[in-house]
Amino acid sequence: MITLRINGLSVSVEEGTTLLEAAQFIGFPIPTLCHHDGLSSYGACRLCLVEIGEGPKAKLVSSCTYPAEEGLQVRTSSSRVMKARRIILELLLGSCPQSKTVQDLASAYGIRQQRFRQEYENCILCGLCVRMCEEQMMAKAIGFRSRGEKRSIGTPFDIQSEDCRRCGACIYICPACQLRCTYTEPERAICGGCANLPAPCLEKEGFDDMMCYMAPCVACEIKKD
Amino acid sequence: MERLKSIDEFQFLHDRLIAERDPDSPTIIIPAGTCGQASGANDLIRITKRELLNKKYTDKIKIRITGCHGFCEMEPSILIEPSGTFYPKVDPRKMVHIVEAVAKGDVLKDLLFVDPKTGSPIERQADIPFFKKQVRILLCRNEKIDPIRIFNYIENDGYVAMARTLSSGNPRWVVEEIKASGLRGRGGAGFPTGLKWERLANQPNGNGKFIVCNADEGDPGAYMDRSLLEGNPHSIIEGMLIGAYGTGATKGIIYVRNEYPLAIKHLLIALRQANQLGLLGGHILGTGFSFDIKIVRGAGAFVCGEETALIKSIEGTMGEPRQRPPFPVEKGIHGEPTSINNVETWANIPIIIGLGAQEFTKVGTKENTGTKIFSLVGKIKNTGLVEVPMGITIDRIVNEIGDGKIGQRNIKAVQTGGPSGGCIPAEMFHLSIDYESLAKAGSIMGSGGMIVMDEYTCMVDVAKYFMGFLKEESCGKCFICRKGTQRMYEILDDISAGRGTLEHLGLLEELGSVVKDASLCGLGQTSPNPVLSTLRYFREEYIEHIQKKRCPAGVCKDLITYVITEICTGCQLCLKSCPAEAIRGEKKERHSINSQKCNKCGVCKSVCKFDAVETR
Repeated sequence: MITLRINGLSVSVEEGTTLLEAAQFIGFPIPTLCHHDGLSSYGACRLCLVEIGEGPKAKLVSSCTYPAEEGLQVRTSSSRVMKARRIILELLLGSCPQSKTVQDLASAYGIRQQRFRQEYENCILCGLCVRMCEEQMMAKAIGFRSRGEKRSIGTPFDIQSEDCRRCGACIYICPACQLRCTYTEPERAICGGCANLPAPCLEKEGFDDMMCYMAPCVACEIKKD
Repeated sequence: MERLKSIDEFQFLHDRLIAERDPDSPTIIIPAGTCGQASGANDLIRITKRELLNKKYTDKIKIRITGCHGFCEMEPSILIEPSGTFYPKVDPRKMVHIVEAVAKGDVLKDLLFVDPKTGSPIERQADIPFFKKQVRILLCRNEKIDPIRIFNYIENDGYVAMARTLSSGNPRWVVEEIKASGLRGRGGAGFPTGLKWERLANQPNGNGKFIVCNADEGDPGAYMDRSLLEGNPHSIIEGMLIGAYGTGATKGIIYVRNEYPLAIKHLLIALRQANQLGLLGGHILGTGFSFDIKIVRGAGAFVCGEETALIKSIEGTMGEPRQRPPFPVEKGIHGEPTSINNVETWANIPIIIGLGAQEFTKVGTKENTGTKIFSLVGKIKNTGLVEVPMGITIDRIVNEIGDGKIGQRNIKAVQTGGPSGGCIPAEMFHLSIDYESLAKAGSIMGSGGMIVMDEYTCMVDVAKYFMGFLKEESCGKCFICRKGTQRMYEILDDISAGRGTLEHLGLLEELGSVVKDASLCGLGQTSPNPVLSTLRYFREEYIEHIQKKRCPAGVCKDLITYVITEICTGCQLCLKSCPAEAIRGEKKERHSINSQKCNKCGVCKSVCKFDAVETR
């Protein structure tokens, strides 16, 4: 067992536990976007930042990827952490304002404005869909492409992957497109954009309600019409 | 080449090569690294060879084709041994005369380097201020060695340090020696190399350990590693062999970017020769020590110079950094312990073992030992590679070695450490070059890029350029680095186009400090440096862009207008060159620019011989 201090409270966890798990274990909330309990940690969204160490050596690390160390001092909501988190949320609002998840998080952290030029991107590149596809669906149908500002998620050369079973898990897990998947106008509602993937039920024969992750789903509304 | 079977055989070969050497016979040395070839060294080589054959000088005069010597401003150049005569910017048509003069033992006075201060010619390379003020421990070997001839390297005490390590029979001694030398990683972070090796040596040797040479040099304007790899690949191999012996590593990898074809070619030749000679591979020099090196070529991603991303790239996946711990020295390539060092670090290893750690520490300061190679580029007279002892002031590099400003334009700042370094203003040139003081000034040592800027350089434009580079070269994994660099670029673009507000400056600082704090890897953590350092030292330039909507350096296109002053003689040169046909005027009368038509390409300013075109 490893003993560390989180916000002054001593906590003992098993070796290999991440700081995020340890903090959640004793009830300190840490927001995340790219973390999911069933998937490996990635550390991309940087929302789960915590401050570790003392004095000049103190630094911010992503708690979902940092393993618990003996005697480590962790602060989950110091002013430094909050400052970074607020800027990250402001950046998220600036580029992906449609996402309900992002809106809720920003609201919870008291973000009342965003000072950047407004963009309407669909994807925050958290990589949840990529990991879902690889680790849970064992398909590896989609992945990251390119780097920097050109980075995107999809298949090589945008050709539909033969490994894709159209399970829709990528759509289900996406934190950014939820709003549009439950949008009131059907035509604008089906996203599929995150994986160049059409809604499964529209293309797959014999697709029934049991296989559908969408609740409520607007694709069903289209079919009814 | 016959395989050497013991250390004694190697010693014998070494002694024989030295005995066969004739120190008095003249040698024409032609530096032909990538830079030399680009400026015409291949022509010089061809002409020299032809001349030597035609005039039957082949027994009398030797020719040696080497890597870059560092004085890039004067390429293509020729060095004559043993006299040390240096001919800069050699015209291929004059090459015939030079060969003739060498044969006669003459010196062609009018082709020599002319001291810009005194106006008198300087004959010997060692007397030229650019070379004289440097401490060239690594670079001076480039002159002596033909990179594709291993015997040439051995003749110059190559692989002697390795033979010495092997005969010591004590790997711990190697690590202790490197620790005692105080050598710090030349890649930029400055982590003590000896400490890294000690940690690697202490790791259990399960399926083998890796040592990696990081030759993914991606900084714009920096080419120290390329010159070392092109000019002296065997020193890297020797350094890695010594490192492998000290740490117990069994596999070596040189990660070199594919944009360095000549470096890769020379490395491949060097590896093959070392293998044939029994200096690499199984049972090196008949001992129980085995080590092999292979080359992995990088596809040109800047971020792959970061060690965890480099490991991913070597493994064949996307080059993305990951969280440390676990550190590569515990879990690196394929989960095996790995130590990654920069090219320059590896090149220093044979020197340390050869000289002894005590001797090595005499150069530099207490905390920062040895020398560091900088690529001095930008608005300065002498551009090129300079090797200086650690702790030297920036002023000495810029004004003594670099010979200061071009014309009347005062030098304003230097940018150190590549795209993620900061700008240091001229008032702080008394700063000594070491890892700590550069970090304190808001910059980094980096791998050694040094870009000099003068009054005609706009600091907003500089920050914008580097941010544009970083937003494309960030791997994009962590949101704050990807989006943060994009947004900083966007704001800088607004400021340079006259759309900025004073609130933008506060936002830039706030965003920059968070990107620095919250990013995952070194690239993200240092990426705001160009913005933050220019904001710190050149804030008034930003404010001038915002409030007065003008660019004092005359660079930001949206904020300047080109004007022809009364100095204009009416030569019509600008009129003819203007692609937008915006210039009007009669012959021998002052011209004028139609600002409606002008597309601000700046051609008129660059062609004008009288400096009559100004930006306002």
